[in-house]
Amino acid sequence: MAARVLVGVKRVIDYAVKIRVKPDNTGVVTDGVKHSMNPFCEIAVEEAVRLKEKKLVKEVVAVSCGPQQVQETIRTALAMGADRGIHVEVSGKDYDTLGPLQVSKILAALAKKEEASLVILGKQGTFASEVTIDGDKIKVIREIDGGLETIKINMPAVVTADLRLNTPRYATLPNIMKAKKKKIASVKPGELGVDLTSRLEVLRVEEPAQRQAGVKVETVEDLVGKLKEAGRI
Amino acid sequence: MSSIGLTDEQKEFQKVAFDFAANEMAPHMAEWDQNEMFPVETMRKAAQLGFGGIYVQPEVGGSGLSRLDTSIIFEALSTGCASTTAYISIHNMCAWMIDTFGSNELREKFCPDLCSMEKFASYCLTEPGSGSDAASLLTNAKLQGDHYVLNGSKAFISGGGDTDVYVVMCRTGGKGPKGISCVVVEKGTPGLSFGKKEKKVGWNSQPTRAVIFEDCAVPVTNRLGVEGQGFNIAMKGLNGGRINIASCSLGAAHASVQLARDHLCIRKQFGETLSNSQFLQFKLAEMATRLVASRLMVRQAAVALQEDRPDAVALCSMAKLFATDECFSICNQALQMHGGYGYLKDYAVQQFVRDIRVHQILEGTNEVMRMIIARNLLTES
Repeated sequence: MAARVLVGVKRVIDYAVKIRVKPDNTGVVTDGVKHSMNPFCEIAVEEAVRLKEKKLVKEVVAVSCGPQQVQETIRTALAMGADRGIHVEVSGKDYDTLGPLQVSKILAALAKKEEASLVILGKQGTFASEVTIDGDKIKVIREIDGGLETIKINMPAVVTADLRLNTPRYATLPNIMKAKKKKIASVKPGELGVDLTSRLEVLRVEEPAQRQAGVKVETVEDLVGKLKEAGRI
Repeated sequence: MSSIGLTDEQKEFQKVAFDFAANEMAPHMAEWDQNEMFPVETMRKAAQLGFGGIYVQPEVGGSGLSRLDTSIIFEALSTGCASTTAYISIHNMCAWMIDTFGSNELREKFCPDLCSMEKFASYCLTEPGSGSDAASLLTNAKLQGDHYVLNGSKAFISGGGDTDVYVVMCRTGGKGPKGISCVVVEKGTPGLSFGKKEKKVGWNSQPTRAVIFEDCAVPVTNRLGVEGQGFNIAMKGLNGGRINIASCSLGAAHASVQLARDHLCIRKQFGETLSNSQFLQFKLAEMATRLVASRLMVRQAAVALQEDRPDAVALCSMAKLFATDECFSICNQALQMHGGYGYLKDYAVQQFVRDIRVHQILEGTNEVMRMIIARNLLTES
């Protein structure tokens, strides 16, 4: 049986909040704005907990990178059924410039350290719509343009979760209270041998261009004419 | 703003309750109201999360939380449907009464099923002839061997006819409060029947019926506490019940303020959105201020109750009086801000107004709240 699943949980601006760009265009407003666990990370946690309930894995560890506040997000994962948490402390300037490259190095180092057989993350990129464990292999069904593809992969493996993988559970009141007793270990990126220097520099953040008003045309000929005018055809 | 001063754990409870309200209740609240549906399945889902016996002890299936935790949870749930949340709070009150005053046999028999909402409960105090003057109730319980035989009727019972477990205040002794005992009566007991389903202005997701006892025999072992303790048990239940009902009003007002704010930002008249009108800005500010004030009163009372402070009863009465009045006014003003749309059933704000109107009346009218507070002030030495 696979021993350990690592689940990445990211604290992000709540999906229902209207995002606003800072007046100095250096980023988006985060102070005082409602934050929650990335909905795709919720799906990842749910999948990990289900694997544990099916006794296909022994332990679920929730990981988050960021300042003190990310512990709230880890606690939510614990309340959903994760066994323990790891808080990778990153704050201030380092947190502002923390990008996918640095996070993936951190997760790779942790996966090695924790001897995780499986890492489940919220999607971007290839994503699973069904995950089962078959002996020492993982069977993943993923949605592709043409339909569904079934693949078998060796462990350790990284799987990302799609919307259709599951519906995350609500934390129950008893589980929220039990989560208080679960441990969250703190670790610094340096201890994992990860260099946080960013290869990217954010020059400017802007809102997407306002949608321009369209033009109504009467006939197909008019449409073709307008498209030619605009150099589109 | 509803999370200020809460512990991390309370914020978690609140989050679950808000999410449940938004996903499982809000999409259905209009349907439940218009079709008068008692949403059993949704309430059972809520019970699975621990909302069936929030302040009942864990050893009999409850969540063992504090009165403040409970208030926070009901306030959040109420944003999804005030009527259904109010019923859930009544159910919780009954479960607590059995947990606190019942024998171990009674607790083990009823509490687990109530906490999971496998069974539903109703609180039976009011009668056609005794509302505010509750202690003058007439439902008689005559001791015959090892049974009490009940005769009489209760009025306006929330859940009546659809629920399984009835917590009934009845007269086993002489006149006045000291002659009253509290017994648990199960649906299906011979001699227990129900009146017609009442047609109400709001609270339509819960059926309301008269509960009728005709030579209804109830085992003496179903009594909570001792003979003559029933009125005391009923009032202790209501202290918490009043905080819960006030919390439901808070949630409705919270939702209504959000709806009003959203409407002001969308609706345009005289060439600009209503949110540019200073009068409406000031009105919204007042509504929000009075909501926060109400919330503080309710939460303060909850803490006093859970700490068993001497001023708890007065504070609970004050909180119920203040919050139910203020929140109704807030919801009503939110409706006004919607203009004609506020009067249409397609818009939720009218349902919040109709649903919480009754909070100023039941669990002790706001006039009775004044009686309790005045008595407390005048007997202070």
